[in-house]
Amino acid sequence: MAYEKFNILKSTAVPLPIENIDTDQIIPARFLKATERVGFGDNLFRDWRYDSDDNLNENFVLNNSIYSGKILLAGKNFGSGSSREHAAWAMYDYGFRCVISSFFADIFKNNCLNIGVLPLRVKQEDLDYILELVFENPSIEISVDLLNQKLLIDEKEFERYFEINSHKKNNLMNGLDDIDYLANIRDEIIDFSKKIPF
Amino acid sequence: MGKTLFDKVWDKHVVRSIKDGPDVLFIDRHMVHEVTSPVAFRGLENRNLKVLFPKKTFATADHNTPTLNQHLPVKDPLSSKQLLALEENAKKHNISYWGLGHKKNGIVHVIGPEYGITLPGTTIVCGDSHTSTHGAFGAIAFGIGTSEVEMVLSSQCIMQQKPKRMRISINGKLQKGVTPKDVALFIISKLSASGATGFFVEYAGKVFEDMSMEGRMTVCNLSIEMGARGGMIAPDEKTIEYIKDREFTPKGNTWKNALKYWNSLHSDMDANFDKDISFDGSQIDPMITFGTNPGMGISILNKIPNYTDQSDNEKSYKRSLNYMNFQEGENMIGKKIDYVFLGSCTNGRIEDFRAFSNIVKGKKKADDVIAWLVPGSHKVRNSIKEEGILEILNDAGFELREPGCSACLAMNDDKIPAGKYVISTSNRNFEGRQGPGSRTLLASPIAVAAAAITGKITDPRKYL
Repeated sequence: MAYEKFNILKSTAVPLPIENIDTDQIIPARFLKATERVGFGDNLFRDWRYDSDDNLNENFVLNNSIYSGKILLAGKNFGSGSSREHAAWAMYDYGFRCVISSFFADIFKNNCLNIGVLPLRVKQEDLDYILELVFENPSIEISVDLLNQKLLIDEKEFERYFEINSHKKNNLMNGLDDIDYLANIRDEIIDFSKKIPF
Repeated sequence: MGKTLFDKVWDKHVVRSIKDGPDVLFIDRHMVHEVTSPVAFRGLENRNLKVLFPKKTFATADHNTPTLNQHLPVKDPLSSKQLLALEENAKKHNISYWGLGHKKNGIVHVIGPEYGITLPGTTIVCGDSHTSTHGAFGAIAFGIGTSEVEMVLSSQCIMQQKPKRMRISINGKLQKGVTPKDVALFIISKLSASGATGFFVEYAGKVFEDMSMEGRMTVCNLSIEMGARGGMIAPDEKTIEYIKDREFTPKGNTWKNALKYWNSLHSDMDANFDKDISFDGSQIDPMITFGTNPGMGISILNKIPNYTDQSDNEKSYKRSLNYMNFQEGENMIGKKIDYVFLGSCTNGRIEDFRAFSNIVKGKKKADDVIAWLVPGSHKVRNSIKEEGILEILNDAGFELREPGCSACLAMNDDKIPAGKYVISTSNRNFEGRQGPGSRTLLASPIAVAAAAITGKITDPRKYL
């Protein structure tokens, strides 16, 4: 499924400084019954956004109108647990294009990269600093420059380089995915398969 | 420089390496289930692609299936539609499909080994994080997302950066009453829920050599709970004995040649690991979790630790205890439980049911406990009946359900109600994992059995 190309993202951010947020929180299993990729954003953080009677939980950050934006700031080990790509779809569908955290779970990170959400890893001290800035001033603008691999907060002259492998970077910047890449080397794969005994 | 077991299998499957990027990795076995596949099949159609190797693809229904009255139509219309979608997709693309009611149906990670789909030295993926289970056979097995499911369907490959290698060695002799589940929960409690992220783990040492194949599956299954993509154990005589003569196991000359390959599958003496950790197996107690991630586990005899002892920050730690309605310094022994769950790809195999029944034999389920016993497959269910275990369970007041993932992820009707405590043999104690508001305590099948008869957290060794 095609996604919007990622180049320079300038946005305010939503702070969610909880550690070990697992994919069951991002999207609970009971919302995985769809056979099409639509509407997952409605159920992003479902059990934190709504109480058991489906009333909005006013205390949850996504329901706090002070905070908005295309960037989520999340605590260490974000996206642990299940491999459900629905978690990444829910993020994208809700409107997040980038998650900044000090640590990402592996499968979730890959899923994000495959569908056009940038998992951006910073040092814990930088995450704490950015969180502090956003709590102080929810309208502070954060920039993500993917080409130059830089995270910037101009107002504070804050600048950090971040890592991403060049293949995934190229995919994100051009809206490409690996399904097409692999389809293009099909013959090479078929040849290779003959070497595998079973 | 020698190679690790992981390197030997990985390198054999690299079609090409992209500079400063991922490897294109060939996949020998692709397991498919109803929840993470429909969007992938739809993607194939949108791109006008076919399944490249249907014979390397195996579909089953497990996540979203009822565990009662499987012979009747599935009531929930969304679940029913999802199951139908897999059936149709399998038919259209000539993929074998062991759907609801099929005699070989069961949880994807239980049936793979049962029918010899899981083999040493292979690469196995599935859109499910507990695919790491198959590493017990010396396979590289790991969970993938739906985009990657589409990659494997269309090209039999995925693109992955090679993980780092970690070895976890445990020597010494396990105490009586300490099970593979306890070993795994112990390791995760030491490394934390993210301690192995970015690594592929090899489990080595006497404790794993002594373990049955099913025990090894339990350990490898839980590798993901400390963040590792997967875990694996070098194949040995036990492995070969287990896979021999199963339906999809190679036969004749292919078998003989395979044996040569399998015999080479061990880490060389001079192989280098990025991280090498060891523990003393005799120091492990029966374990239980008290928080909302699998790293929050302790000896069943211990008190709930203060947050300063933990790797998570204070706010997250207290939030977790608050969700569980537990206090720092409380004993786990004696805590009341409402539900017990025996099952899942972690502990839903015949040895788990044997262990559970040995504890409850001749006793009665506590009156105020609700018990859900869900076999991992029809094959397991049949063995439970044939071995006389069902009779023992029934006499003790337990009923047996039909196979599936069930309350492990609570996608079907098997949901633990809000605020209730469940002691569970499954793999995740996340908030709401087993039903919105449910509170999960992870433990071994025998600890679950002991709690089922006493109605509270009990040291299972009392009943051995």
